[in-house]
Amino acid sequence: MASEGDRRSDPEVAERRSRLLGGLRLEGEGARGVAIALISTAVFLVAIVVAVTQSAGWPEVRRTFFDWGDISGSFPDIARAFVLNVKIFLVCEVFILVLALVIAVLRSLQGPVFFPLRALAIIYSDLARGIPTILVIALLGFGAPALQLTGVPRSRLFWAGVGLVLVYSGYVAEVYRAGIESVHPSQEAAARSLGLSRFQALRRVILPQAIRRVIPPLLNDFIGLQKDTALVGTLGVIEAFNQSQIDTNATFTYGSYLAAAALFVALTIPLARLTDWLIARDRKRRQAAGGFA
Amino acid sequence: MSDPRSGQGYESAVAYAVAKQLGFSKDEVTWKHVPFNTSFAPGTKDFDFDINQISFSPARAKVVDFSDSYYDVNQAVVVNKGTPIASATSVSALKPYELGAQLGTTSYQFIKDEIKPSKQPSVFPSNAGAVQALKNKQIDGLVVDLPTAFYVTAVQVPNSKVLGQFPTQPGGEHFGMVFQKGNSLVTCVNKALSTLRSDGTLKQLQQQWLAKATGAPTLK
Amino acid sequence: MSALKVEGVHKSFGPNEVLRGIDLELEDHEVVCLIGASGSGKSTLLRCVNLLEPLDAGRIFLAGEEITRRDVDSNSVRRRIGIVFQAFNLFPHMTVLRNVTLAPRDVLGLGRAEAEARGRELLARFGLEDRRDEYPDRLSGGQQQRVAIVRALAMQPELMLLDEVTSALDPELVAEVLSVIRELAAGGMTMLIATHEMSFARDIAHRVCFLEEGRILEQGPPHEIFAQPKEPRTQQFLERIIEAGRL
Repeated sequence: MASEGDRRSDPEVAERRSRLLGGLRLEGEGARGVAIALISTAVFLVAIVVAVTQSAGWPEVRRTFFDWGDISGSFPDIARAFVLNVKIFLVCEVFILVLALVIAVLRSLQGPVFFPLRALAIIYSDLARGIPTILVIALLGFGAPALQLTGVPRSRLFWAGVGLVLVYSGYVAEVYRAGIESVHPSQEAAARSLGLSRFQALRRVILPQAIRRVIPPLLNDFIGLQKDTALVGTLGVIEAFNQSQIDTNATFTYGSYLAAAALFVALTIPLARLTDWLIARDRKRRQAAGGFA
Repeated sequence: MSDPRSGQGYESAVAYAVAKQLGFSKDEVTWKHVPFNTSFAPGTKDFDFDINQISFSPARAKVVDFSDSYYDVNQAVVVNKGTPIASATSVSALKPYELGAQLGTTSYQFIKDEIKPSKQPSVFPSNAGAVQALKNKQIDGLVVDLPTAFYVTAVQVPNSKVLGQFPTQPGGEHFGMVFQKGNSLVTCVNKALSTLRSDGTLKQLQQQWLAKATGAPTLK
Repeated sequence: MSALKVEGVHKSFGPNEVLRGIDLELEDHEVVCLIGASGSGKSTLLRCVNLLEPLDAGRIFLAGEEITRRDVDSNSVRRRIGIVFQAFNLFPHMTVLRNVTLAPRDVLGLGRAEAEARGRELLARFGLEDRRDEYPDRLSGGQQQRVAIVRALAMQPELMLLDEVTSALDPELVAEVLSVIRELAAGGMTMLIATHEMSFARDIAHRVCFLEEGRILEQGPPHEIFAQPKEPRTQQFLERIIEAGRL
């Protein structure tokens, strides 16, 4: 902090003070800063818009990508198909959260007697994350029914869902694992000291903290899953991306791609803001008892 | 593909028939192998015309010249033998089934515009996927052009059959011979084709060489 | 039969031998303080008694029963011993009351009402009842440590182990925690306490043990150890403590 006899220059001191206050700006600097930001953004936007619309290729780009009639015409079909994407990720996410937790817990078991389970979890994780998702979906969607075994479902949607669950559980298990590792060992020590078994400690003390900590990356993987539902189209099922491709092939304009993209983005934005809010809210709780949490 | 010089095969036969109309004997015809994709690419050609199941398309016609149709490609539907759809005999009978086609093809358009099924059809990025789905009985019927349909039933999906073909669509797909842009030979060839069509030669050649083509009943 | 008996305990961490043969016995209701420099093995000894660390050699007996045998269920042993750490280790995602009732409910099988009644009574005894629905991050260090003690007491242990429980606290908060411990001692709880608070140790301990380099160098009643230590190294240690103003 600045004090008498401080030889550092004023801007330096102000900057340090600003950092100490967590980046908060002092009054006076604040209002001016906001005004500058607004003006520069406006200028920047105007410059971009002018540069783009005045460029030589713009009319053609506008016709191919941004034709409103094209976009609004294809939108209803794509929105209808998008409902399938939504259903797919809602159902899959539930299974992913559960399966991934099982794998993460298996991986965290200690002691030589549990080695086979740990190894299984590691192998699973490697395979699930190592094989491209589209390949897994093709393998299961076309390959599994081809075996013609009794009791094996034929539905392409079923197998695509299974594929997405298997692949994403590999990634999400790693997220859980990071969460579990981040809980300080003293928490487990405290729980065990009270007489809780390893399983009770995991269930009551470690996992609740671990999961709270990794909600942002979990949401992030959920957002990724939403996009990957488009891969189901490779099996011929008509979901949003497939539908937009059908429209594009008919018109040779790409407004339908934009319509599909807009739907996916519309889903992502609220989730992204929710993630930000959860991070901010949970930061407080993490600095709990003993400073070791 | 057999040696076209022998005159065996539909396209070989058509080529010789056209040549004959133009006044050339069989010995005066020479053959050259040209890779499919370069045949309709722009540029100078070192052949008079290319006959190789090349579909007419406006985009291609911008850079090469096409003759009139020497073969109209009809859409057809392939099904697994012994399944409920296999006893359908009309277009409307296909409505309750799950059909499939490749993305961006006239086949898909046909399903959407003509068959109008009550179940959402499947659309595949590649024909390979569509064929697999048929094999797995994940779709009931696959709509493709007739030549492909025969390939599917003969080679790819055992125990399948071509249920039938659909009536020729106006503006439907057809094969044309490809010429270098601006080659005046096109007019002569078109005249020849017109004669061969009206005197029944084309039909007779189709019957002779594409016997199976008549084996697929037309579904209305 | 003693409440706790530690016999010939050795413990190493890798190449580092931290406990080099500890022999110690506690009678019921006895309060024993462990003093010594950092690294002398006080914490390690407590963690060994609580079976948090496996021994390299030696045995430990709780109420006459050997608890270091292979076939002993360590969970059931740990129910009988309460331990409080320097870093309070409250569970941050639970309220104070839940922290206290978790083990009684899940381990002892108490019903919710019973566990909460017990918890609230203990919290009230130490002036924390009005904080029962708060989360740990809302409490001061002293309050958190007192909750940690209550949490251990809720299990009604036979023996309490306290590992430098005031070392992480601001000086003005130390007194409230020490008064809790005094009360426990007055109530007859058998306790083994590792501490730097020498005047406190002198006040409440029945016996003081000086640990140095993994061995109990000297032990005896506080007035002997603090006023007339026999070993030169004990003297040196105490002199340093006095200099630091902690005695």
